[in-house]
Formats: sequence, C-alpha cells, structure tokens
Amino acid sequence: MSTTKNCLAAVLAAGLGLGTLTACGDSGDSGGDSENVTLVTHSSFAVSKDVLREFERTSGYKVRVLKDGDAGRAVNKALLTKDNPQGDVFFGVDNTLLSRALDGGLFQPYKSPALSSLDADTRLDPKHRVTPVDTGDICVNYDKKFFSERKLEPPKSFADLAKPAYKDLLVTENAGSSSPGLGFLLASAAEYGDQGWQGYWKKLKANGIKVVDGWDQAYNEEFSGSAGGRKAGGERPLVVSYASSPPAEVVFADPRPKTAPTGVATRTCFRQIEFAGLLAGARNTEGGKALVDFFASKAFQEDMPLNMFVNPVRAGAKVPAVFTEHGTAVRDPHTMAPGKIAEKRDDWVKSWTSLVLK
Amino acid sequence: MTSTDVTSTDVTRTGATAPPRVPRRRQRRRSAARLGLMAVPAVFFALFFAYPVAAIVGRGLRDGGHWQFGRLTEVLGDAGIRQVLWFTTWQALASTALTLLIALPGAYVLARLDFPGKSLLRALVTVPFVLPTVVAGTAFLALLGRGGLLDDLWGVRLDTTVWAILLAHVFFNYAVVVRTVGGLWSQLDPRQEEAARMLGASRAAAWRTVTLPALGPAVAAAALMVFLFTFTSFGVVTILGGPAYATLEVEIYRQTADVFDLPTAAVLTLVQLTAVALILAVHAWTVRRRESTLRLLAPESTARAPRGAGQWALLAGVLLSVLLLLLLPLAVLVQRSFDTAAGYGLGYYRALTSADSNVFLVPPIDAVGNSLTYALAATGIALVIGTLAAAALTRPGRAGRLVRGFDALLMLPLGVSAVTVGFGFLISLDEPPLDLRASWILVPLAQALVGVPFVVRTMLPVLRALDTRLREAAAVLGASPLRVWREVDLPLVRRALLVAAGFAFAVSLGEFGATVFIARPDNPTLPVAVARLLGRAGELNYGQAMALSVILMAVCTLSLLLLERLRPRTGGAAGGPAAPTGEM
Amino acid sequence: MLQLDRATVHFGHRPALDEVSLDVATHESVCVLGPSGSGKSTLLRAVAGLQELDAGRVLLGGKDQRGVPAHRRGVGLMFQDHQLFPQRDVGGNIAFGLRMHGAGRDRQRSRVAELLDLVGLADAAPRPVGELSGGEQQRVALARALAPNPRLLMLDEPLGQLDRSLRERLVLELRELFQELGTTVLAVTHDQQEAFTLADRVVVMREGRLAQTGTPMEVWQHPADAFVARFLGFHNLTAATVRGEAAETAWGGIGVPAGSRQGAATVLVRPTGVRLTDSGAGLDCRVTARTFLGGQVAVHLQPEGAPRLEALCPLHSAPAPGDKVTVAFAPPQDGEIVVLPAEDAA
Repeated sequence: MSTTKNCLAAVLAAGLGLGTLTACGDSGDSGGDSENVTLVTHSSFAVSKDVLREFERTSGYKVRVLKDGDAGRAVNKALLTKDNPQGDVFFGVDNTLLSRALDGGLFQPYKSPALSSLDADTRLDPKHRVTPVDTGDICVNYDKKFFSERKLEPPKSFADLAKPAYKDLLVTENAGSSSPGLGFLLASAAEYGDQGWQGYWKKLKANGIKVVDGWDQAYNEEFSGSAGGRKAGGERPLVVSYASSPPAEVVFADPRPKTAPTGVATRTCFRQIEFAGLLAGARNTEGGKALVDFFASKAFQEDMPLNMFVNPVRAGAKVPAVFTEHGTAVRDPHTMAPGKIAEKRDDWVKSWTSLVLK
Repeated sequence: MTSTDVTSTDVTRTGATAPPRVPRRRQRRRSAARLGLMAVPAVFFALFFAYPVAAIVGRGLRDGGHWQFGRLTEVLGDAGIRQVLWFTTWQALASTALTLLIALPGAYVLARLDFPGKSLLRALVTVPFVLPTVVAGTAFLALLGRGGLLDDLWGVRLDTTVWAILLAHVFFNYAVVVRTVGGLWSQLDPRQEEAARMLGASRAAAWRTVTLPALGPAVAAAALMVFLFTFTSFGVVTILGGPAYATLEVEIYRQTADVFDLPTAAVLTLVQLTAVALILAVHAWTVRRRESTLRLLAPESTARAPRGAGQWALLAGVLLSVLLLLLLPLAVLVQRSFDTAAGYGLGYYRALTSADSNVFLVPPIDAVGNSLTYALAATGIALVIGTLAAAALTRPGRAGRLVRGFDALLMLPLGVSAVTVGFGFLISLDEPPLDLRASWILVPLAQALVGVPFVVRTMLPVLRALDTRLREAAAVLGASPLRVWREVDLPLVRRALLVAAGFAFAVSLGEFGATVFIARPDNPTLPVAVARLLGRAGELNYGQAMALSVILMAVCTLSLLLLERLRPRTGGAAGGPAAPTGEM
Repeated sequence: MLQLDRATVHFGHRPALDEVSLDVATHESVCVLGPSGSGKSTLLRAVAGLQELDAGRVLLGGKDQRGVPAHRRGVGLMFQDHQLFPQRDVGGNIAFGLRMHGAGRDRQRSRVAELLDLVGLADAAPRPVGELSGGEQQRVALARALAPNPRLLMLDEPLGQLDRSLRERLVLELRELFQELGTTVLAVTHDQQEAFTLADRVVVMREGRLAQTGTPMEVWQHPADAFVARFLGFHNLTAATVRGEAAETAWGGIGVPAGSRQGAATVLVRPTGVRLTDSGAGLDCRVTARTFLGGQVAVHLQPEGAPRLEALCPLHSAPAPGDKVTVAFAPPQDGEIVVLPAEDAA
C-alpha cells in the first residue's frame, strides 16, 4: 500500500534522528575534561568577576556555573540526579536541608586544608562531606518610616508579632518552598518548642499574617520598606528577610542614604549556614576540591558580603564597612541542631502547610 | 467538488460504511503492516514516556526492591492531600461549567449566525488556546494582579484567588467548546428541528428534543476535554494561585521539587494517571457516539443573519464576553509590556537583550532562539511519530483492543503530569546509550510528547477521509503505488501535515511543566524565562516578563494565523485548528 | 479479450464471487446486472486487480493476470462516484493516466482536447473539478478513463447518482460513443433499463453467482427464474402445476406455451398479458390502485383469495380504484406467459 512506503521513509528518518541524538548525548557531556570544573548552585549565587577570574588563572580550571532555581529546589534536583550529577561541586545547601543532602548521599568527603580557619560553630558535618561557606540570619525586617509615622514601636520578638498592634502587617514566605520561610518556622519552633509553635502560628494567622511563595515576592513586592516594594506599592511593613537586608538597601540605592530605611527585629532571627561540597559522582574531583578551597579562601570570603549579603565564616575575613555599618549584628540567634531539623522538618512543614495555608 | 462537499460526504461516509470483511490471511498481513507502523511510536513512547514515568514512580514507591503500595492509602488518607484532590476536582468542574456557560452561546453564534467579521472572531477566540499557559497567567496577572488594570481602576485584586484561576481557565478553553460544539452545530441540519416543529413541537421543545440530543455528545466531549485540561492545570495555577491553591499537578511539583517527598509525588502521579485515563476513556466513548448517527451539512448552508432582538442581544453578549475575557487580558499584557517607568516605550524589550540582569546568565532574548530551535526539533519529532501512529490507526482491517489501547496511549501524555515526565527524564535518561540529560534534545523530546497527540488528532480524520478508491482510481490509470502516494496522498495530506506541524510547534513552544525542569539553566525557553522573570520582584523583571510574553504570544498567534489559512480541506466536523480537541 | 474462469472471492465466510466464469469479446459491451450486494462491483475490482482472487483466474488478452498489479493491467475503471482528483483541474484529471504512461506534454494536451471534445466539454480543461455538475463530472470521469486507451473499459454504476432524465440521455450517448470507438466495455448496474440500453449482452448476478446470461432480448423474453423475473420488474408470479399446455394457479387455469416445463413451476404473466374483459368469464378482481406510466396505466388488482396482479391498460380505458373488473389472460402464443422453474428449485 502507498502509506507503507510513506511510513518506511519516516521510520528511517526517525531511526536516523534517534541515532544522532544519542550521539549528541554522548559527546555533548558536561565537565568531562579536567580543564572545566562545574558548579551547581542556586540562583542567588554571585561572585565578583575579577575574583573568579583570579581563581581560574591560578588554578588553571575554567569554572562553569549552573544556577538552578531556588536553594531548596536546587538541592532537590541535585539529589534526583546524584547518580550522574550535572557538575562537580554544589554550593548552597544550608543547615535546614543539610540532613536531606547528606542522607541522600549527595556529597563525597573532602577535608579542605582551609577548614581549620573556618568558624568551628559552622562545621556541622564531622565526616567533612560539606564545607561551611557563609552564614546569614533570617529575621523579620521592618519599614522604619511606617512605624515612625504611626508612632508605633517596631516589633522585636516573636511575641510582639502576634500582638493586635501588628495586625495585618507581616508577610512571610511559604515554609514549604522558601528557605527564609522555613528558617522563620524553625526559629518559631526553637522559641516555642516542638509542641508550642503551632499555637503560636494559629495566633499569627489570626493576626493576619500573609504568606507568599518566595522571598523575592515577599521582600520586593509586598514589603513597604524595600526599594522594590515601595515601587510595587507593597503594603506590609514587616517581612521575613535577612539581617543583611538593610545594608543591601543602602548599597543598591542611588544616591546612598545615610541610614538604612529598614531595621531588624533582632529576637526573631534564625541562623542559616550555607555549605559547599564535592558531589559524589563528580567527574573532575581535583577541580572540585580546588573550587571548595576557593570558597573557603580569604578572597572569596571577603568578596561574598556585598555579592550575596552573607557573613563570612573565615576567621579574619574583612567585612566591608557599609555592611557592618548598616547591618545589625545579631547576638544569640535561634539555632537548631541538624539532627533535630532532620527529624522534624518534613512533619513540621506538613503541619504548617495545613495549619497556615489551607 | 467544493471543500464543504468533501467534508460532509466524508463525515457521513465514516459513519455509514463498515470496512469490508477480509479473509484471515489478508487480515494477518494487514495486522503485520499495522504493527510495523506502530513500532516506532511505540518505542518512542516506551523510551520517552513510560520508562521515565515508571522510573520516577519507582523511585518514590520502591523501597529495597519492594513496591510500597501501602503508601497509597497512607498518602490518600492525608487530610492535606485529600484537600488537594478536592480542590483539583471542584475547580476543574467549576472551570468546565463556567466555560460551557460562557462559550456555548459563542458556539451558537459562530455556528448559526452570519455577521460581518465572523471569520476574524473565529480566529480570535482560538488564539488563547495555542498560547502558553505562562502567557495566559501573565496576562491575567496584568489584569487582575497587583498593579493590574482592576487594581489601578478600582483597587480590586483577584490574583491568589480561585476566581483568577477559573477565569484563566475559561480564557484557555473557550476555543475548545466553540470549535467542538460549534463545529458540529453549524453542520446540523436545521430541517430536523423544522420537522419536529411540523410534528407539533414548540420551538423550545424542538430544540430540546432534536438539537440538544444531537449536540449532547459534542458538548460532553468538549466538557471532558476542558475538564482534562483544567484538572491537570499547572502554569495557570502556579502563577495565579499563590501558595494556598494547588492542583494535583502543582502538588506533584511541590512534593518533588520543594518537599522532596518522592513517595507522595509518586502516589499523586498514579492518582492523576488513573483519573486522566478514565476521562480519556469516557471521552473516546462520547466521540464514538458522536460520529455514528448524524447527518451533516455544509456549515455555510445553516448560518443566517441574526433576526429579532433575542439573537441580536445574544450576539452582542458573546462579543462582549469575548472582548472582556479573551481580548482584554491580552491587550493589557501588550500595554504593560510598553508601559515603562519612563513612559511608553521599548525599554523592556531593550532590556531583554542585555545580560546584566541577575536572573539569567544570558540575555533573555536568547530564550527566543532557544525556544524556536527546540520547538522546531520537537515539531519534527512529533510529526514523524504522530504521522506514523495515525497511519497505523487508519490501516484497513479490524481495530482490535490493541489498536484502541494504542490510540489511548497516544493521548495519555496530555494528561500525565508534565512535571513527572520532566523529573523522569532527569533520572532515567542518564545512562549510556541514552544519556541525554546534557543533550539539548532532551527538551524537544519532552515537548514532542505533548505535540504527538495533536498531530495524531489532526492527521487521523484526514487519513481516514482519504478515499482508498481515489488511490484505486489512480492505480487503474496506471500509477504505481509510489506514484499513487506522490500524486494522490501527498497533495491531500500535505495541508494536514502543515496544520499538524503548526499545532505541534505552538504546543512545544508553550510547554512549561516538563521544560521548566529539564531546560538547562543557561538555555531557558521562552515560557521558562517568563516564569523566572515573574518569580523575581521588581518592575524591570515584571516588564521584561510582559515583553517576553508578548513576543511568545506573537509567535504563537502567527503560527495560528498560518494554520487558519491552511485549514485542511478534509477537516471533518470540527475542522480547523481546534480539530484535534474536537476529535480527541 | 476478458475471461473469468471460476473466479472466487470470499469476504469472511460469505462468497462475494462464487466460481464466476464469463467471457467478454473484443468490442463487445457486457453489462452485469444485479441488486446491491450481488457481487457485481467485486467482479469489476477483481478484473481491475484491486481485489485478489481466492480461487480461479482472470485472463486479459489470454494472459493470466495473477500477480499483475492494477496499474499494469491496462484496463480502465470508471468509479461509481467518479473519484475525480479534487486537487487537479479537469485537464489534470484527464491527463493523469497519460502522464502515468509516460506520454509527452504535447500528446497529453492534444489527447485531453480530443477527449473533452468527445464528451462534449470542450474548453473545460482548466476548470476545477469542484465546480462541475454531476453530469459534467460523469463526463470527465469517462474521459479520464478513456484517455490512456484501455483495452477494456469498466464502468461501475456509471450513471448511478444522476437524475432520471439526465441518465436516460447519457446512457444513449454512452452507447453511441462506445459503438463509435469500438470500446470493449464491462459495466455493472442495478438498473435494468440502463443495462438493456448499454449492453450487447446482459449478465444477471445473484449472491455472487451468474443467474443468467444473454442478449437483452433473450433475458427480457425468457428470464431464467423467478429471481431474474422479479429483478426485471415483473411481479405477476405465482406457483403453478403445469400439465401439458395448461397451468393450474391461484388465479385459475392459464394456458402456457407448448414445450413448457411440466409439473411444479412458477408462472409469470407480464402486465401486458393481463387483459380486462367485459365478457364476464374470468377472474374477478377489485382495482386497488393505479400508476401512470406515460401513455399507459398500471392497474393494481386484487383477485379474491389469490396474489395481486398488475395489468397495463391504455390511458382512456383504465378503471378507477374500487372498480370491480374481470380479468382474462393472454393466449400463450402472445408470449406474455412464461413458465419458470418452481421457486424453491431456483
């Protein structure tokens, strides 16, 4: 029949097509040669060009950066593809998700020679599968102008946030999909205990807390204190963000204001530590190790604060003046042991979701 | 013969003639040919659909070599999950009801009334259907969201409410109803209703007893299609729904990407698979009923100029609803893309060409090139696979259970979680000889999966309508089989091939659920880039998202307009671009 | 020219062609007549090579056609609904066969003009086929089939879809055309008038078998059995017992021609052989209805306790419905009475 011939031709074409594409698959692979080292990270990763170039020059490796979505999603995608990873090093897993990455076998041990010069409190993995790179504090930020105009004292603590005076003022992130959202939940749990946090969130909900999907939306759209939020007509003067957000408001403003337009509610903070690690199936392990060392190096550690607005973990790393001047040193942030986070996190997120979102 | 003659005779013929019965020997040979044709699509589906989906489900539900089906009851017993199931179902039902309510008058008007600009209107209502969900989401955001038109005018915001989702669903599926139901309505013989009136039925009774039952299966088919599309809605819900609303598809995405609860995601994938298979089965049944019994006329012969206040009011109402629901969101989208801080201008479009933004490693405009390349490759794959499958399905001979199963299998990717497919690709196609994760072809392969059903549905009626006796006429006149194919089949099929290609292209261009996962960070497609820009705050990102959406809309609309010109001559009852949905 | 030798085709368990043997001589026009489903289209398709035989042979010009594909058989087939190629104009349709046989452009052009002239559609070559009327399509289909000079032209219900007056005109035209060209024709139709006008020889088919073969006159005068008679439009049939030259029937005794078969039989009385008399002797009937057939009237009669009868009367003397009439049968020598085999034997 006529169609038979038609189809034979098509079968041939398809066969050829598949042949070529498998060929493509074999050849177009990433990081196969030792010249390249591939970093898989989340979309907030940033480094100054000259600092990175200097690393490439001295190490001889060319760095490819694959930014893959939000921190949590990047970790999960890396876990899904761990048998045959997309790169050599992963940066951006934090203490809230660390157990998931470690239990999932994402990393292989590598003890960086620089490890001893990093803050001991941040070295959470005794097996050295991950190396701490930075810390940050997830805290409630407030819009100074809003509170001075109302002659209202900005909130300082968790208990304040549930008070009627602050009704309908706070916006936070989905704890299921956003790391500040999760950090804020963990901080509340650290404050009120394994049983008590749910009661606290019921109060927050009754007090009109708003939940959006991600930090960007919360901070740059809903929050009235940020440059982005002011432009977008944000209406919430309280937002779950970072202790380093106020300096960022100063650094990115043109002209720079004398003082930051926002402040930090210092007793609402949760300490976040970000790690980098050598991926278990890395093709270029030597290059990967060099990259991890680079993250712990003085050059990178001093470059970080104004690129990612995080605190260095290396002893003696100098922090730019603008960062310390407008930032708030958070004393005694809430923390939680990685083991406990690992044990409770998924259950808590689930209860939180049905409690707050549904 | 005029094109409409072909249409009506072909439609009646499909219903009328059963294939001649054939001796077993010949039947065996025919089955062999059919199996041969089915082989390539079957292998394609096994490799790029069944295997990845099975892999991700297995990853979730297999523990230490054993299937953990106990998880099923565990997950389904969870109150949060049951809430997702409930929301998925009721929003789909509500979307379907609302779409029918708004679109059925449109179907009537386009079928039975004759007015200037009718063909333009018909083309316009089809535009949303080929638009990527991301664009629709963006458009509704521009209309209903923060700083949107309603917000500006009256301070009303509907984003993160269920209304935004429902309205966006109506926006999308209006064309499905108009094409499927209206296509048939325009071909129903009005004399049947007249006959009923002569027998003493009132106008309403005649409509209820004659027209409605005739339309019933088409309405059911359209409703089921709308239900399927909204039941599995992803892009619209993620963009407009906010954190509180999740369909099954969105929940699968969250469970996998955010919570990393693979067992739950696997269970939900299975639930969705079952639901979709059920919907498709019911749909196939209504289609079969629809094909069998009706006498159809050329559409031109049944339309009349509107008469009486009622019909004029109906026409006005339909035009208004199209204007408000379909055109306004798109118009606002276009307006916002030019409305920069410095007044109207091309600022956002210019920004697309710079790599400075933090969101991408490359200028966002590169996404246009990526998208076009991927979509072209996907179209090629979908055409080959879809045409082979359609050819297999139209082989003469008995259509056994195997063949019907094959037909259903081809439709399945429409409803199976694209997110699951995307994840499945990542974890299953990672070993030689099929290590495609690093290959650019991965994206077109995933996109082709959703393109294939459209190709099959476009090619099937045309291949079925190809009269074997036309081929015989050529053979008797001395044309060899190859010559017959070139002289008879190809000229008739070429048009349908082009239409199918256009569809596959538009669908591939807009594919989001799977692409968002497998597109490489440095090679985003248009919808992925739009979603990423939307996920970032700031006027510039928002404006760029609008601008990219407008570009995407322009590309899709352009391919649609080309399709309208190429409408297949032997299009069957639901001819034109929505034919696939009409037939599905 | 064409020989079918016990040609057999089965569809499932039902034979569509059951050991059919048939010869068509060169320049002869043969028409296969039968009700739908009698296998006549299958016969054409088998000859054309579009339908494989399960048994038997098809010979063309003395050569067995087994394994010869349709496009190498050199026969023409005009399809029931013409099957004009919708994407080609009239000229393109007619030239198609010529192109397939490798004719040059000039040859194609002149032949197309010649054929269009022949079928009375001169200058129609550039017209799209979609614009043609039914009759014009039929002519184009004919021209297309004739263009490559097939050694045998087959027509499948050539006039089936046309209206009556057009059909009557065209069938005569066809007849004249084929005689003029000397075409060998094998046509199938379910319309006896068409068959009788078109054919030198008529073949009546029933359930895949040949029921009767003969000239139109032979078949008309001596239908082989009750089936053929009924198919030709005769309804005055009844079971009879024939003894000598008399038949005993439900209508009473009827004189039959000498040499008729004896014993159980079926008697056919043509409508023209049913005569209304005033003599009073004969079969009493009531008139139930009348049908006007141009100059004559068919009168439907109901005898008491016997099957209905149909009679042909001149217009002026036709009785009205409800009238009581007396019927006499024509004498055997008029040829109006035919004795056929008994029905269950047929």
